[in-house]
Amino acid sequence: MISRRDFLQASMAASAIVGASGFGNWGRLAAQQRLTQDQLLQFDTFGNVSLIHITDIHAQMKPIWFREPQINIGVGANKGQVPHVTGADFRKLYGIEDGSSSHYALTYDDFTALAGTYGKMGGLDRVATVINSIRAERPDALLLDGGDTWHGSMTCYETQGQDMVNVMNLLKPDAMTFHWEFTLGSDRVREIVADLPFDALGQNIFDKEWDEPSEDFKPYKMVESGGVMIGIIGQAFPYMPIANPGWMFPEYSFGIRDQHMQEMVDEVRGAGAELVVCLSHNGFDVDKQMATKVTGIDVILSGHTHDALPEPVLVGETIIVASGSNGKFVSRVDLDVQNGRMMGFRHKLIPIFSDVIAADAEITAAIDAERAPFADRLSEVIGKTADDTLLYRRGNFNGSWDDLICDALLSERDAEIALSPGVRWGPSILPGSDITREDIWNVTSMTYGKAYRTEMTGETLHAVMEDVADNLFNPDPYYQQGGDMVRVGGIGYRIDITQPIGSRITDLTLLKSGEAIDSARSYVVAGWASVNEATEGPQIWDVVEQYIAKQGTVTVAPNTSVQVIGA
Amino acid sequence: MTYTRRTTFKLAFGATVLAALPFSARADAAEDAIAAFTGGATPGTEGITLTAPEIAENGNTVPIDVAAPGAVSILLLATGNPVPDAATFSFGPLAAAQAASTRIRLAKTQTVVAIAKMPDGSFVQASQEVKVTIGGCGG
Repeated sequence: MISRRDFLQASMAASAIVGASGFGNWGRLAAQQRLTQDQLLQFDTFGNVSLIHITDIHAQMKPIWFREPQINIGVGANKGQVPHVTGADFRKLYGIEDGSSSHYALTYDDFTALAGTYGKMGGLDRVATVINSIRAERPDALLLDGGDTWHGSMTCYETQGQDMVNVMNLLKPDAMTFHWEFTLGSDRVREIVADLPFDALGQNIFDKEWDEPSEDFKPYKMVESGGVMIGIIGQAFPYMPIANPGWMFPEYSFGIRDQHMQEMVDEVRGAGAELVVCLSHNGFDVDKQMATKVTGIDVILSGHTHDALPEPVLVGETIIVASGSNGKFVSRVDLDVQNGRMMGFRHKLIPIFSDVIAADAEITAAIDAERAPFADRLSEVIGKTADDTLLYRRGNFNGSWDDLICDALLSERDAEIALSPGVRWGPSILPGSDITREDIWNVTSMTYGKAYRTEMTGETLHAVMEDVADNLFNPDPYYQQGGDMVRVGGIGYRIDITQPIGSRITDLTLLKSGEAIDSARSYVVAGWASVNEATEGPQIWDVVEQYIAKQGTVTVAPNTSVQVIGA
Repeated sequence: MTYTRRTTFKLAFGATVLAALPFSARADAAEDAIAAFTGGATPGTEGITLTAPEIAENGNTVPIDVAAPGAVSILLLATGNPVPDAATFSFGPLAAAQAASTRIRLAKTQTVVAIAKMPDGSFVQASQEVKVTIGGCGG
């Protein structure tokens, strides 16, 4: 653990990482004490096309803390491959110096100490400055939004996504694809999409009844930029009705549909596209696999799994760019396209250090205007974190935020066992900090957030956990849904990720008594985010707020009741 | 709210629990059906395309497309169902395309198999695993 004092005495590298044309040719800026906006934005414009990618903002308009995962296990062919590399291994892989700004932005350890030095990240007004700077150098740069934009905050929930739509429209995206947007309900999605001043894309959004491409979304758009004809194909989250409540968007069917993707690639090539870009919400491993099955995609802009990679991954002749989440990063990809071929690229994952990059005043004003009606509710302090408690979620298994939510469910709903969904969104809270109502909504807000209370046999509980584990650890990425493992409270378990479905989860134990979970006995289970219609119970954010208010100062002890084998 | 047994089962972290179906597929029922269709011939793998979702959005109605240019008939099997026979499509000489789309019910995660009989009496086969999940939480 690097203390703040040791850290300040060390020589710090401001290692904004710059890619070059060609692969693996990386340099770092010289060690400096201070970051500057010019450094973060420095980029030698290259080739004839610029793409700007942002994804998985989860309605975070203001700067946030966001700790990257400690545990992110790859299985099958992806074992040990990026993005399944974390902490010191990640820094070693990319040549990131310990204690540097990139250490803070891209890895999990020493998060609290480094947060004190480098400050919050993100903020759409800072993102606007970056976009404007790129457009100043390349006026027809294309801004592409990978989705999970209209979800994740109180203001987004209360306005049914309108706050994000209004602010994003000011950034002037060229196209967007979707995931959590559909949990606003299909009527609301169509209402917003009808007025969008840019294209809503998804080649895999099908009409469920006819099993044909939906007429509500275009599969792709053709656009000329820098004298190059570009086909941009959208790929929405493939497992929408399985991972999220299908009853909210009953008209649509999704799936990966890589054969249809190939048809779309061939179609845009046939229509004169010299460059084919896929704006994807598949998740990184699914994108890698899709790149091996579909030929002719030059660039996949990858979203969903929230990975931030300082370097694109090359699969065949396709580069895959992952741009993080929550507004922490923007990727700029410059491409040289000649005679219908991508000849080279230059890439930079631009970290949005909110204290370094100046806010764009127009966007700040727009954000504040969206938040103003809710300002009092947002800012109310509900409790605070103890000096030893960092609240975070991201990681394959229980994070401290999840443990706190599970504690709230056990206590406020008088249950023996708590279940909390393994979503990848939700910013962090530093130790010794106030927890506001906004903070609670940032990790719980959704349109199906009712906290149910029910009974479940040990056998059913085991079946549920096995099913979710297989969605994460099936060796074939096409059978993964891209969420993390369901978080549990009141029980412990052992998971061997190398086993097949049905055999991964063992040693399920009721922590209170230390007894093994009895497959025949019924247990009182509290949880939230059920995908079933007509789920009843209080909203999860109210449950968590009530619990935190009672605690005053919350302490979350390290979770030692989940044992992972085979990582 | 009082939960009935039925709603309770549907609540489990998001979905229907398919465990403990009151019947189980006969392990060799699918093999028997294949043998009856092919007469024991070993099918090839070229010239047939089976399109199915990797993960079913709803196991009760899973869209399946199958195409085998030139085929006389195509047998579609859900190998993990209690009764594996899902459909047999026969194509007359005037059929414009030897392709079919249907929806089938899958009792659990299983392999879907399509076998086409060609005019020369040979067979070609394609298969794909379709996962029937009880739901989860997508990040």
